[in-house]
Amino acid sequence: MNPAGREICVFNVNGEHYALVNRCPHEGAPLSYGHVLGCFESKRPGEYRLTRRGEMLRCPWHGWEFDIKTGQSWCHPQSVKARTYKVEVVPGELLAKGPFIAETVQVKIDGEYVVVEV
Amino acid sequence: MSTTVQEPKVLTNNEAILGFVDCDVHPYTKSPADLDAFLPERWRKLRQSIGTRARSPFVGAPNYPRMSPGTGMRMDSWPKDGGHPGSDLAMMREQLLDAFGVSYGMLMPLLGRGGDERNVEFGAALCSAANDWEAQVWCDNEPRLKAAIQIPTEYTEAAIKEIEKRAGDRRFTHVMIPPRGLEPLGRRRYWPILEACAANGFPIALHLGGTSGHPSTGGGWPSFYHEEHPSYPQSKEALVTSLVTEGVFEHIPNLRVVLVEGGFAWLPSLSWRLDKHYRRLRDEVPNLKMLPSEYIRQNIWVTTQPIEEPEHPEDLITTCEWIGWDRIMFSTDYPHWDQDDPRYAFKTQVPEKEKRMLYRENALSFYNLQA
Repeated sequence: MNPAGREICVFNVNGEHYALVNRCPHEGAPLSYGHVLGCFESKRPGEYRLTRRGEMLRCPWHGWEFDIKTGQSWCHPQSVKARTYKVEVVPGELLAKGPFIAETVQVKIDGEYVVVEV
Repeated sequence: MSTTVQEPKVLTNNEAILGFVDCDVHPYTKSPADLDAFLPERWRKLRQSIGTRARSPFVGAPNYPRMSPGTGMRMDSWPKDGGHPGSDLAMMREQLLDAFGVSYGMLMPLLGRGGDERNVEFGAALCSAANDWEAQVWCDNEPRLKAAIQIPTEYTEAAIKEIEKRAGDRRFTHVMIPPRGLEPLGRRRYWPILEACAANGFPIALHLGGTSGHPSTGGGWPSFYHEEHPSYPQSKEALVTSLVTEGVFEHIPNLRVVLVEGGFAWLPSLSWRLDKHYRRLRDEVPNLKMLPSEYIRQNIWVTTQPIEEPEHPEDLITTCEWIGWDRIMFSTDYPHWDQDDPRYAFKTQVPEKEKRMLYRENALSFYNLQA
């Protein structure tokens, strides 16, 4: 997305939407090319736990990890944060009502087929 | 404690970095078969039937697999129409050469693996093929790119022949030798090759790499890539020490060596240590007429990537002063995952004059390039 000249990436984490600026705070990499992952945690050598599945973003260059929900860096949580934006999902008509209304048709999903009634 | 939103800080004056010389750019083939067009039939058939044999456990993968796809590529560098990162000139222009108005890109191809090949005759053919491929596929289409001469370091006659074959061809600017060889580079067996480099005006680029079969650290094989990555400077330290103590720079004073992809902040402490020992141990190396640090200042250059990120970023400026601003050249390492962006690599203000030297002037003079 590129609203107001600012590149922003929007993430869908289990139905909730979050937005981060498309620039890594480290060296400016486009975060939208990163991988969405979980977080590996370990209390002691030999024990590993995958937590927060789908909530972490790994930068496409140097692999810095960020919490998608807060933008916070995993390695430098006190000092480094990717800029976040507030995201809401609202019906299009609340934002702008267009002058034209397209003809609508009723759609039903019946078993494994998408059935369009015309 | 408060958390501040951090944006990458542009501490580098863009004007000073525009037109920089990138001292580490990696071109790739779309497929290993791309080299076939440059191989004589005998070796083409061997490559297709048996393939290459390096002293390495895996075929087609590094000893330490990376966490990003490919052999550790920038995730935004995969061409949309397929192919390997670094294999598409248009994309390289868009992401690097044109994006920063790069004056020159010094190619450091990590393919063909001729230098690692155990069948040294095949290795010599692979090196020569990779050199032709570089010149014809890259330099002829993009004159800003300058080719490395790959050589089979363990086959002296063929290595010298390859160096002499490329001498006078302005597309080639440097001889590339992987620092992880069978023996430290200062040993007498390599002197004829080093002499040929100097005699033909080629500096040597020691770019990280080589699969010698030796563990990558003096203490044995690392368990993790996280452990392997810091061993790059270790192999550079070993080679700088070998070149100095064996007397290579006394024997070939005009040999110029650039260390690529090993960072640089370790060089002052190595110099201090070598000087300290020289005062006590010089009977062992009486061929040295100067302090080790003086040979280093005379014959060794460094590139920046992967740049050190000290806790206090301004400490890097002091480190550069210790090394000498005239010896340090900027490099990105495009398109690898650990590449540096010229705008954000230094997290502290580099003085104007030194910035121009580091991003551009040192490399123009080192590689004898037209401004």
